[in-house]
Amino acid sequence: GCFVFKPSPKKRRVSQKTVNHFGERKDDSEDTELRFVTCQSLWNEIKLETEQIQEDLNKQLFDNLVSFLRRSHSEFQEKTTEWTCQMKSREIPTAALVLGVNVTDHDLTFRSLSEVLQNNITPYIALLEAKDCPGIKNLMQKLMGQLMNCYIDVDSLEDEDCVQVSQNRIRCSMSSLINWYESVTKKTDSETPRKKRTSSSRHWQSPPVVVIFKDMESFTTKVLQDFIVISSQHIREFPLVLIFGIATSPMIIHSLLPHSVSSLLCIELFQSLSSKEHLSTIIDKLLLSDRFPFKLGEKVLQVLINIFLYHDFSVQNFIKGFQLCVVEHFYSQPLSILCCQLVDAKKRVNSLSHNQCENIRRLPSFRRYVESQASEKQIALLTTDSYLKEIIQKLLEDLHVYHENYVSVLRCLHVFTSSLPKYPLGKQIRELHCACLENQVWETEEYESSLQLARMLNKSDLVTMLQQCVEIFVSSSGKEFDKTVEKLKEFLTQFQKLEDAFQERDVSVSSQKELQKKTDLYHLQKTLLELKESRRSKKLTKFEMLRFEVVDYIDGLVRNYLVPADHKTLHEIVYFNTASVLREHLNAAPRTALHTALNNPYWYLKNQALKSDGGSISNKAPDICIAYKLHLECGRLINLVDWLEAFSTVVMSVEGPNGDAASSDQVDDVIHARFIRAVSELELLGFIKPSKQKTDHVARLTWGGC
Amino acid sequence: GVKVRKDKTQLTVSVKTFVKKLENVSDDEAQEILEEKKYVAALGICAQDSMGNGSNVSGGEVYSFQTPKHSSKMAELASELAQTPGQSVAPDHSECPEKTAKTPQSSSKAILKTYMFLLLMHVWVFLLLQSKKKEFVSTTPYRLRKRLAAPDPYLESESEYSASCSEEEDEDNQKEVNTALSGRKTPAKTKTASTPPPRNNLAKKIKENKMSNLVEEYFEAHSSSKVLTSDRTLQKLRKRRLDQQTLHDLLKKAPLAYAAEIKELNQQHESLFSKWMLQLHLGFNIVLYGLGSKRDLLEKFRTSMLQDSVHLVVNGYFPSITVRSILNSITEEVLDHIGAFRSPIDQLEFIIKRFKEDSSLELYVLIHNLDSQMLRGERSQQILAQLSSLRSIYLIASIDHINAPLMWDQAKLSLYNWLWYETTTFSPYVEETSYENSLLVQQSGSLALSSLTHVLRSLTLNARGIFRLLAQYQLENKDNASYPGLSFQDFYQQCREAFLVNSDLTLRAQLTEFRDHKLIRTKRGADGVEYLLIPVDDSTLTDFLEKEDEDV
Repeated sequence: GCFVFKPSPKKRRVSQKTVNHFGERKDDSEDTELRFVTCQSLWNEIKLETEQIQEDLNKQLFDNLVSFLRRSHSEFQEKTTEWTCQMKSREIPTAALVLGVNVTDHDLTFRSLSEVLQNNITPYIALLEAKDCPGIKNLMQKLMGQLMNCYIDVDSLEDEDCVQVSQNRIRCSMSSLINWYESVTKKTDSETPRKKRTSSSRHWQSPPVVVIFKDMESFTTKVLQDFIVISSQHIREFPLVLIFGIATSPMIIHSLLPHSVSSLLCIELFQSLSSKEHLSTIIDKLLLSDRFPFKLGEKVLQVLINIFLYHDFSVQNFIKGFQLCVVEHFYSQPLSILCCQLVDAKKRVNSLSHNQCENIRRLPSFRRYVESQASEKQIALLTTDSYLKEIIQKLLEDLHVYHENYVSVLRCLHVFTSSLPKYPLGKQIRELHCACLENQVWETEEYESSLQLARMLNKSDLVTMLQQCVEIFVSSSGKEFDKTVEKLKEFLTQFQKLEDAFQERDVSVSSQKELQKKTDLYHLQKTLLELKESRRSKKLTKFEMLRFEVVDYIDGLVRNYLVPADHKTLHEIVYFNTASVLREHLNAAPRTALHTALNNPYWYLKNQALKSDGGSISNKAPDICIAYKLHLECGRLINLVDWLEAFSTVVMSVEGPNGDAASSDQVDDVIHARFIRAVSELELLGFIKPSKQKTDHVARLTWGGC
Repeated sequence: GVKVRKDKTQLTVSVKTFVKKLENVSDDEAQEILEEKKYVAALGICAQDSMGNGSNVSGGEVYSFQTPKHSSKMAELASELAQTPGQSVAPDHSECPEKTAKTPQSSSKAILKTYMFLLLMHVWVFLLLQSKKKEFVSTTPYRLRKRLAAPDPYLESESEYSASCSEEEDEDNQKEVNTALSGRKTPAKTKTASTPPPRNNLAKKIKENKMSNLVEEYFEAHSSSKVLTSDRTLQKLRKRRLDQQTLHDLLKKAPLAYAAEIKELNQQHESLFSKWMLQLHLGFNIVLYGLGSKRDLLEKFRTSMLQDSVHLVVNGYFPSITVRSILNSITEEVLDHIGAFRSPIDQLEFIIKRFKEDSSLELYVLIHNLDSQMLRGERSQQILAQLSSLRSIYLIASIDHINAPLMWDQAKLSLYNWLWYETTTFSPYVEETSYENSLLVQQSGSLALSSLTHVLRSLTLNARGIFRLLAQYQLENKDNASYPGLSFQDFYQQCREAFLVNSDLTLRAQLTEFRDHKLIRTKRGADGVEYLLIPVDDSTLTDFLEKEDEDV
């Protein structure tokens, strides 16, 4: 079943150029290389950034873990003789690491964790996975293999025979492990104390041995129990620390391990950052920053977020989707060479070929722009390349400025909307971002209602929000915000003044309050009603006026700066908008495709004979479709003879003239063969399987389906 | 005359209310579909911009409940399909109705149809009043037959009744009824203003009915272990069992339908080749799905893109493929490593190490049918996933089974790092289904037959005689359900009489040989006597004997 094909050695090229595959689709191949390089460099940058983010987010967790590990065997380090007496209990220090359901991300976390530990605590780390450890023997083998290897890594200058001792020669037992540990620590102590000190002074003299169970839930209970019981026997000679990776909840430890075993553990709980927060950070750093020229369109972002929320909670998959977007954008959009930092983009504009200029002229957003210009300008834009390039540079700059401003104003708006009750525009900034990208946000109902709510904010909230906004604008890179900052600061001082004025009036209010205290319930109600009446009729207070002013000002900012991206000229260059591609490739529905092909072959085979209205298929459909349609009418078992007969009835009616043959019970051989093929294809697809319940019957494997 | 009028109005009213009912039902369905759409929209799957992808089907259509089916349903649909005016169909196909009528239980799932029977009953009674001598038959005109999703079990009894009364035929009367009915039906269908407004409680009741029907149907479909199907077998058809070769030849005769369209589809897919290469190089792996064999497509991809690089083709549909053989071919042929490994995991580790050490190593792996019987196991998928996660191994695979994606959990999916491509080709699965165990009963017999003849041909004449004896005896007893087999002593006796063996020992030696080739099975009876059986079904055995006779 397997065939290896090797090219003749002389023909083998050193390396297949990936670039070659990049632009073969298009005729304008001149820029493909540049495009590919741009794409790669952009992606590498993004990748580095995501890794950095991951590292930063995990830092807290890892610090906690490291300090836990240091603490756990501090007694052992001191080598006090009374330690053994003191530590009567044989508890193994254990860290339970709750990581969440996004299993796909765990790998990366563990990798960086082991790196951190290697650098800070101990060289002796073993990472175990359930799939490698079906029994305690395999577990020990794996464990020792990893430990001995890392020992070799630490000082490779050791004599070679130590290396030769392969796993299968050593008997895999706890005692041999202890022997190994003793020999190792002694060696580092006695033989090369000076050298070791210098090279690995960050490690302890006798570092603990850390065993990480990556996916604790999938380990068999017996293996875990055995391992814990055995190693607890030796905890005195062997400073072992366990780390459990847990995807569900810490309760799982107790349901997996009986009390007698779990009492041997001294468990401390560590919680990793939830993947949702992780995603927010990623979106914040990747999409809502002007570091990366590449942007996602609204639909695309929505698809990615939905895959995350509805399917896996996996940040890794989100990044994968993002990568696909980048690749797809650069692959399909020839103008994407301009999707780089502004400085480079301006340079590249100058060297654009005529073809590319034509491409730009074909962009819908650019056409809109041209139409809005005066007629002589229009002609210049459409005929003169050099003029066009000039304009493009200007437009690109505009786009850049738009992005800078957009992000700051978006954050500012988010400050306001995120504290409103019921969150009409969403809690997360990504929701707000989507809403703003989708259409003009100020025309939506949600925006209207959130403004209403914002007009009812109390003063202290408003002041803190304004302060936050000032911070955002001050730190933003946009140049147009000096005035905005001033204006906001002015608001703040006005609020301050109000407060001063209010304190003076405070005395009178308190007297009124006293008055209220004395009244009974009936009177209170009455006065309240009166108050309400008076408020309705009364003029707005100063504070309210100011509040209105602030909200209106924010509204003005929003209308000014949060224009949806697809209203901007040349947005096609930096925005990736084909969500369908993404969904097809990441979130495919193979069963639906099969269903469509079987029920409605016309969808794929554009032949008029197949066209039919409504749910039924025509009798000219491919054999498999007919067989499928017929089998839908059956229950759990299908009689092959009936099926064959029905099939031939349909097929014969299409073939028409030789209707006489059908009258006999004998079915034409060819039709018989076609039937067999259709049935076996259906079996391959998993709709039916042979059944022994009755002769010449097959069993149906699907429900319904018509 | 007045009487007639009265009856007729009654009829129209009932038809109208019934049509109303139908609409209610479809309204509910529309509602459901709408709700589904909402969820679908929430997922960001709007059908509007999907081109060439059949993803605009709501989930309820694909994954629905099982409903009870009646045995004749299929034949009915077949004749219906045969009847639908396909452009060049012979207009009248008189056999079909007869064929459906042959099956005992009259088919009556559709409410409308049963309702028509009811109406006919009314008319019938009325006609009886008019002319008592004349008898009337109710054969439902096919045009009026309408299919409906929800069957109504309560009306079942009526339909049977109506079936029973269809014995004789009076041309005139039927015509009259038909015209009367069709005259009634069209105005009712166009839904005039004259229809009485539907009462709300009626609609509610129908909905409740529908719900309870659904529940009842579910249990009806799943509780009964007995399934009603007809008892006909292929043997009665006296259909020659086709072997692989004849099947192949026959299919060659049948022209491939819609070849032009299929070719166009394939060309669409082929235009993606360079994109695939790009994405493979960027660390994704590619999986192809959709109806139709993707073997030719992958083969074309291989010949057009991979000529200059090392690649491995795995035929997953091959019945004896294992992960081990895949790993072996990588270590032995790609890495030129000689030596055995203790376990696939060790082997995998070795491969991973080699590929990580040597960055110039590159390997393309093409797997046809990654979801085949042999590869779908958890362990094999895990190993393949780990292989595919290597940077310099590029995997492109195809899947066909409807439940194939269930093989992978999140961890494996992230290792595989799939990009899904829909490549519906509609081309027949020739290679994939050509292996014996992937085929149905028709083929299993033929292969057993050919293996029988092959083995026997290599034996001595005497041995063949011995086997014939046993086969004949078994065929003589084929009607005996409790036939235990031929006891050794009797067999020995018979063989001696036919001068085939001369001693007990030679027979035993012979039998051992048969047993080694799995031609016979021995079984000890309750009395300790050894019984011999040929574990092949009767028809194959008959064929075998016939063939033997021809040869001799």
